[in-house]
Amino acid sequence: MVDLTQRYDVLVIGGGNAALCAAISARRAGASVLVLEGAPKFYRGGNTRHTRNMRCAHDAATEILTGPYSEQEFWEDLLRVTGGETDEELARLMIRESKDILGWIVEQGVRWQPSLGGTLSLGRTNSFFLGGGRAMLNALYLTAEQLGIDILYDAEVLDLKVDNGMFLSAELRRDGGAVSVRASTLVAAAGGFEANIEWLKQYWGEAADNFLIRGTPYNRGSILKMLLASGVQQVGDPTQCHAVAIDARAPKFDGGIITRHDSVVFGIVVNRMALRFYDEGEDIWPKRYAIWGRLVAAQPDQIAYIIFDASSRNSFMPTLFPPIEAGSIAELAGKFDLDPGQLEKTIADFNAAVRPGTFDHTILDDCRTEGLSPPKTHWARRIETPPYYAYPVRPGITFTYLGTRVNRQARMLMQDGKPAANMFAAGEIMAGNVLGKGYAAGIGMTIGSVFGRIAGREAAQNARN
Amino acid sequence: MHGTSILEEADRLMTVCNSCRYCEGLCAVFPAMEMRRSFADGDLNYLANLCHGCGACYTDCQFSPPHEFNVNVPKTLAMVRADSYAAYAWPRMFSGLFARNGLAISLIAALSVAAFIFGFAALDDHQVLFGIHTGPGAFYRLMPHNAMAALFGAAFLYAIAALAMGVRVFWRDIGEPSNVLADPPSLWQAIKDAGRLRYLDGGGVGCVNEDERPSDRRKIYHHLTFYGFMLCFAATCVATLYHYLLAREAPYPWWDLPVLLGTLGGVGLLIGPLGLFAEKWKRDPALVDQARAGMDTAFIAMLFLTSLTGMALLLARNSAAMGPLLSLHLGVVFALFITMPYGKFVHGIYRFMALVRYAGERHALVRAPAD
Repeated sequence: MVDLTQRYDVLVIGGGNAALCAAISARRAGASVLVLEGAPKFYRGGNTRHTRNMRCAHDAATEILTGPYSEQEFWEDLLRVTGGETDEELARLMIRESKDILGWIVEQGVRWQPSLGGTLSLGRTNSFFLGGGRAMLNALYLTAEQLGIDILYDAEVLDLKVDNGMFLSAELRRDGGAVSVRASTLVAAAGGFEANIEWLKQYWGEAADNFLIRGTPYNRGSILKMLLASGVQQVGDPTQCHAVAIDARAPKFDGGIITRHDSVVFGIVVNRMALRFYDEGEDIWPKRYAIWGRLVAAQPDQIAYIIFDASSRNSFMPTLFPPIEAGSIAELAGKFDLDPGQLEKTIADFNAAVRPGTFDHTILDDCRTEGLSPPKTHWARRIETPPYYAYPVRPGITFTYLGTRVNRQARMLMQDGKPAANMFAAGEIMAGNVLGKGYAAGIGMTIGSVFGRIAGREAAQNARN
Repeated sequence: MHGTSILEEADRLMTVCNSCRYCEGLCAVFPAMEMRRSFADGDLNYLANLCHGCGACYTDCQFSPPHEFNVNVPKTLAMVRADSYAAYAWPRMFSGLFARNGLAISLIAALSVAAFIFGFAALDDHQVLFGIHTGPGAFYRLMPHNAMAALFGAAFLYAIAALAMGVRVFWRDIGEPSNVLADPPSLWQAIKDAGRLRYLDGGGVGCVNEDERPSDRRKIYHHLTFYGFMLCFAATCVATLYHYLLAREAPYPWWDLPVLLGTLGGVGLLIGPLGLFAEKWKRDPALVDQARAGMDTAFIAMLFLTSLTGMALLLARNSAAMGPLLSLHLGVVFALFITMPYGKFVHGIYRFMALVRYAGERHALVRAPAD
C-alpha cells in the first residue's frame, strides 16, 4: 500500500516514458519516489503507448541499427525539421546524452529490435522497441516496481501548491475528496493538452470538434496549465499541434498509429467541394507525413478524401479500415456526398495534366503534372483504372507544442528567468524547448528518456540538499 | 466470407495487426501475417497453428481489451486452432471427440484401464495375477509378448495413420505444395525452432501468464514434458530392439538403458505436466479458450498418469502389486495411443508443420529479389 502521509523525495506526475525514466533515475540515485499516473492502469503511459521507436545518435552500427548516426547529423536533422526553432544548447545536450540512452534504457528492461517492415528508411537512425510502446512501458513499470517506486493509477492531480518557484504539495483526488501529497521535489512529466478539445478550441475554434485525438483522453494538459499559472515560463507556440491525416472512421480517442494513412502520394486528395488543395507529391515519407493533418484541418468541415485507383490498391501497407470502393468516379462521389460532376472534372483535369514518367514511390521520381494548380510534383499517375477507391480523412492530433521552459538540469525556469527551486520537467511537457515545430520520427521518445533521466537525477540530488 | 464466426474475428484481428505490426519481433505469427494482405480460412488456420500462445502480444498490445478495438490474438488464435483440430480429424466421424474432449478422453481412458484390468482378471489365473514374478519375461507371464506387441503395435500404427491423414488435410487447407515438406533446410529449421520452443518466449523474455511479468516457466515445463515423452519413447524403442535383435526380454535391471531412459523421461513426465497444469491454473482467463480447457487438461493428465503408473510399476515390479499395476499402466498407455489423433497431442504435429511452412516462406522471401 502506498502511504500518502509520508513526504517523498521526488514526486513524479505523469506515467509515460519521461515520467518512468525520471522515477527510475531518481530511485537509482537513492530517492524515495511516488508516481502519479492520471490514467487507469490499462491506459497508463500517455502517448508512449502508441510510440514504437526512439532516435538516438550512435557512432557505429549496432545489432539493430544499420549504420552510424552522428551527433552532427542528428543536429542537422533537428535544425531542418524545426526550421531552427530549437534551443541549441539543450538540443545538443539531448543529442549527446541520447547516445548513452541506447544502453541505459536496455538496463531498465526495454528491449530493442530492428526497424519494422515498412519503415526501412528509419533503420539507421531509429531503434525500435520490441513489441512497441506498450511493451516498453510494461518493462519500465516492472523495473520501477522492482526498485520500490510507489505508483498510483487513476491519480488525478487537482492542484499544485507552488510558492515563488518552490513546489510544496499536490492535491490528489481521492475517494470523493482530496489529499495532499508532499514531496521535496517535483518532476512534471504529464504531457501536453492534445486531448483537451476545449483548450484546442481556444486556437482552432469550432473546427477542433472535428479533430480526432490519436492518444488517450487523459492527455488534458492540466498539470501544464497549473505550472504556467504558477509563474513557470512557457515555451513553444500555444496554437500549434502535430497532426497527421487519419481515417475519418477512427474513434475519437486512442486510435493510435493504425488509423493513419500513408497513401496520399499514390493518388490525389480532394476536399468536400471535390477540389484538390495541395501538392500530394511534394515530399517523401516520413518527412512530409505530418503536413496533411494541418492541411485537412484548414479545409471546410475538416474532412478530405484520398482518391486512387486499382493500380495503387496494393502499393502501400494494408489499412485498418478498407478503402471505399466504386466502379466509377461518379459512384465514388455519391458514397461521400461529393458533387459527382465536380469530382469527375477534378480527376479529368488532373489526368490531362499528368506527364509521362517512370514511377518510383521510393524516390522523388519524374512523374508530375504540368499546367495544373496546385501541381502534383512527383508520383503523378492518371487515375483511370477502376475500381476507384477513397479514404475519408480527418486531422489526427498527436501532441501539442506548448510547454514549460527548462535549463540543462531539466529544471523549470520561472517567468523572471530564475530557475525553480525544486521543480523539473521532462517529456512532451517541455518538448517545445528543443522541438519548436515540426517533427522527426522517434524524437519525442528521445526527449522523454534523456530529459526524464536528467530530471530524475537532478531531482534526487535536489532532494538530498 | 469465413466458415465460422471465430475465423471472422481472426480475420478482423489480422487486419488490425497488419496495419500496426508492432509485434513482428515477438514470434513467427506476425512476420507470416505480413506476407499476406488478406486472409483466407487456410491462412488463418496456418497462423493459428503457428501461434505458441506465449501471450506477449496481448500484454504488449495498446489495443487489447478494454480498448474498443478489442484485440486479443492469443485467445482468438487458440480458438481457431482448436476448431482446426476438429476439422482435420480423421476419420471425420471422430471430430466430435474434440467438442467435449476432456470428457471423451476421460471415458476412453477409464474404459481402456477397465478393459485391461478385466482382461487380466479374466484371462490370468488368480495366482498369476497376484503372484510375484521376477527375471526376464516376468511381464509376459501376465500378458503374452506377442499379444502385447500386436495390440500396442496396432494402436500405435492406427494413431500414426490417423495423424498422417490429419496432416494431409491441414496441408491442403493451408494451400501449401507438398515439396516444402521435402525441403531439408525448412525441415531442419522447424526441428530447431520446435526443439527449442523458440516462439514460446515472448520475443526473448519469456511467456506472459498470470500477469504482465514474463517468465520461462511454461517453456521449462513444456521442455520437461516433451523431452520426458521422447525419452520414454526412446526407452520403448530400445527395449523393442533388445527384444527382437538381442533376444533380451523385459523387465531389465535398473541400470540398463531402457530403464534409465524411461526413468529419466518418467521424471520429466511427472514434473512437466504438473508444472504446465499449475501454470494453466494461474493463467489470466483473458488468454484462455475456456471452452477447450478440458482438452488441455485431459492431455496433461494422460501424460502424467502414463508416467505415474509406469514409475509405480518400476518401483513395485518385484512385488505382488506388479500384475494390477501392469494392467493399469498398459490401460493408460493404450488410451494415450488411441486418443493421440483426437486430443491435444495433435498441437505438436500441426505446429511443427506450420513451422516447416514458415521456414519455407522465410527462405523464399530471402531468395526472392526485394521489390
